[in-house]
Amino acid sequence: MCGTCGCGNGKNSPIISKPGAQNHNHDDRHHHHHDGHTHDHEHHHDHDHDHQHKILEIEQDVLQSNQILAARNRGYFEAKNIFALNLVSSPGSGKTAILERTLSDLKDTIPFYVIEGDQQTLNDANRIDTLNIPVIQINTGKGCHLESDMVFTAVKKLDLKNNSVLMIENVGNLVCPSMFDLGESKRVVIISTTEGEDKPIKYPDMFHSSDICIINKIDLLPYVNCNINNLKAYALKVNPKLLFFEVSATTGDGMNLWYDWLKFQITNLK
Amino acid sequence: MHELSIALGIVKIAEKEVKKAKVNAVTKIELQIGTLSGIDLESLNFVWDSAVKDTVLENAIKEIEMIKAKGKCVDCDTEFDMKYIYDSCPNCNSNFKGILSGKELKVKALEVI
Repeated sequence: MCGTCGCGNGKNSPIISKPGAQNHNHDDRHHHHHDGHTHDHEHHHDHDHDHQHKILEIEQDVLQSNQILAARNRGYFEAKNIFALNLVSSPGSGKTAILERTLSDLKDTIPFYVIEGDQQTLNDANRIDTLNIPVIQINTGKGCHLESDMVFTAVKKLDLKNNSVLMIENVGNLVCPSMFDLGESKRVVIISTTEGEDKPIKYPDMFHSSDICIINKIDLLPYVNCNINNLKAYALKVNPKLLFFEVSATTGDGMNLWYDWLKFQITNLK
Repeated sequence: MHELSIALGIVKIAEKEVKKAKVNAVTKIELQIGTLSGIDLESLNFVWDSAVKDTVLENAIKEIEMIKAKGKCVDCDTEFDMKYIYDSCPNCNSNFKGILSGKELKVKALEVI
């Protein structure tokens, strides 16, 4: 079961680390220290009807603390002219492959930073590190998504320069990350042609909350039963504002349009 | 299955409010959950007991008010009930709509003692 997200005993806390660094930081989010108060309340059910039941009207959004910190991240990015992308998809759609190709093709023209989110391992951060791009890995443990406080901590370690692009690769999961704003400028959902064209209506929340949809693995179209027009029609039914790019991270097909869009976004920031 | 982190978020809110109000425990918690909030009730119920264990919510009754989803068509202004987030306007078939309700995920009130 995922979703424990670092609560309690420290074993499941997200670990935020740089490739090569040994000093793994066991960041204590959700610290249920229960500082001071003990749980020795006695349930004396004497029913003398003088206990004071009181109603506290809270009216608080459960995701409020995530949203507040996301807004803080967003303000930081805006002030520094940083264009931040939150890349989301199911596992295996090619988020890291698209990222690698984009970084190696554009790193001489755009300063990049990367935050990698995975439940376990430094593998993805190591892949980015070989391209000489500053990268931080967040391991969520059993957690199934990144939250804005993890990005906040990672961003502080990355020491971002002004006028750059921050790529945040979320945990591969097409459900949970949709609810958690990280403070990104745009959300990019990636779907590959091998996944089935009706995925947008099977997992509508993610497509509804995204701005961009990259359709990856178009080089496999001759071999798989996927009609791109149907896929787009399903996605547009969920979110009529989606902008599409059809690419193959393996062959490089279609990547130029995605690069043009990315460059245009950055010039627009200034 | 993000319901456990949602449940832990609810616990956090309750703990904070109980501390602020200087009371001992929560006897009832009222939640408002929209049908398009992305929360699966069965999953939330499944994780609830372990999430509230040893917290101020441990013995609280959980009362959930489901909020029905409603949309309003951007093109023809028709208001309509929604079952799915991708429901089109029943009048003009447009996919452009605003969501009026159904995304709620709120702690509405706590009954404390």
